[in-house]
Amino acid sequence: MTPRTATPALPLGDDALILSHRLGEWAGNAPVLEEEVALANIALDLLGQARVLLSLAGDEDELAYLREERQFRNVQLVEQPNGDFAHTIARQLYFSTYQELLHGHLATGDTDLAPLAAKAVKETAYHRDHAEQWTVRLGDGTAESHTRMQRALDTLWRFTGELFDPVDGLDSVPWHDLRATWTTRITTTLERAALTLPEGPQRSGWAAGGGRQGLHTEPFGRLLAEMQHLHRSHPGATW
Amino acid sequence: MTTIAPENTDQEALFDATIAADERIEPRDWMPEDYRASLIRQIAQHAHSEIIGMQPEANWITRAPSLRRKAILMAKVQDEAGHGLYLYSAAETLGAGRDELLDKLHTGRQKYSSIFNYPTLTWADVGAIGWLVDGAAITNQVPLCRCSYGPYARAMVRVCKEESFHQRQGYELLLTLSRGTDAQHAMAQDAVDRWWWPSLMMFGPPDDESAHSAQSMAWKIKRHSNDELRQRFVDICVPQAEALGLTLPDPHLRWNEERGHWDFGPIDWSEFREVLKGNGPCNDERLGRRRRAHEEGAWVREAAAAHAARHAARTPRTGTHQEEAAR
Repeated sequence: MTPRTATPALPLGDDALILSHRLGEWAGNAPVLEEEVALANIALDLLGQARVLLSLAGDEDELAYLREERQFRNVQLVEQPNGDFAHTIARQLYFSTYQELLHGHLATGDTDLAPLAAKAVKETAYHRDHAEQWTVRLGDGTAESHTRMQRALDTLWRFTGELFDPVDGLDSVPWHDLRATWTTRITTTLERAALTLPEGPQRSGWAAGGGRQGLHTEPFGRLLAEMQHLHRSHPGATW
Repeated sequence: MTTIAPENTDQEALFDATIAADERIEPRDWMPEDYRASLIRQIAQHAHSEIIGMQPEANWITRAPSLRRKAILMAKVQDEAGHGLYLYSAAETLGAGRDELLDKLHTGRQKYSSIFNYPTLTWADVGAIGWLVDGAAITNQVPLCRCSYGPYARAMVRVCKEESFHQRQGYELLLTLSRGTDAQHAMAQDAVDRWWWPSLMMFGPPDDESAHSAQSMAWKIKRHSNDELRQRFVDICVPQAEALGLTLPDPHLRWNEERGHWDFGPIDWSEFREVLKGNGPCNDERLGRRRRAHEEGAWVREAAAAHAARHAARTPRTGTHQEEAAR
């Protein structure tokens, strides 16, 4: 199978697909009922975005279920396991802030991604708001929640550098500016939350930008095994 | 909530007249304590069923075989959480707190529907749950839209609309499998074989053994007997099974011209009682997972409460939401 790997719809679709999958793992496990609804809502928005994007790149189900790990183009951040609630919120904060800025830019452009981006940016603004509110609640909550939130932000920090690696086909995106704006926004939120911006490199040395080249972290293979097993067990079947 | 002395016959007479006239009792109306307690129990257990009922289906979210099906399933599980929220709100209008009700669920003092103690072993189970379990729930719940207690009746109108949608999706999922490959067809048949009898048990014990039925019917909380609803469900399902190209696992199933209904075989009530007692296949897992989610989420709820309390202290407002949330 040869997806149109040249299109930037593929990496962006993979980001949304994989993060949606991770959020789907929360179903039935959230700390309050309202968060069952909220996390599922975000997961559904992302899955909706993934389906549109993957369809621009080929057949959505072939692309989701029949590619192997080395063919996925998502950033490593979105494949990171959920961890505790703070870990999930930190991942959401980093990613949704990035996604809102990126889609905001794409929505004003003239690529075939513009209509999708215009819709996605509205959804993503809600996701970002949700993540910010929880970051502030947890950071400025109890001593325990503060510790957990800071630890989550620190742990995931090294996956944030990759967000600003230029994506093939999105040449008009000012990646450098995007990164600066992203950093300002994250800093502002963390200040409100009485948290500190993590220090240290935003990427690990050897695997810089690995996800976009199909180089992933170890938990990703297991995620795909679970996601794809039924589809792969019945070749050619329709569902 | 003020409790009026039982000798206050004016209010009791008004309550009786409201019920007799098929009108609605609202939260501020006087009601007999037994009516209130009975409704709290029923609504809470209904809410608990929505929450526990997320688990068997959520079990397949990460393995759904197409992105379309995955989206449908996620939306359904999300709706169930929403139904739980409506129902806890309805119970709260009767003076019960959500925390207290959840505590009763977690400590086994209140129950949830026995059906959710069965495992989802294959993808087809997701379809069988939609068709049979949601179908049985709708048969039970549509009459509750006319229940005498207003907030419950109104919650049921919303719940039933969404449940009907889920049921059609479940049916369509099974139809796709039934018409698919031989392996898919077999998967669908196996799921129906496993879910049929437990679905019939959802209507509760036979009429002559149902502890709460008579009083619930007198109060117009309940409108039809367990056996009536069960018969209605069987009559609906038989032709649907035929249209699906699947069989129902009951050798006694046959059309009774005289009654104008389908006759069906005896239900294994000993199994039902075991499941209710906590000895079903997944009772421990379901309750265990619910408790674990609640316990593991405790620090998150504490953080939200602490933050809200601090924020409220800094910016005092009239009737603060923050103070409410902090409790």
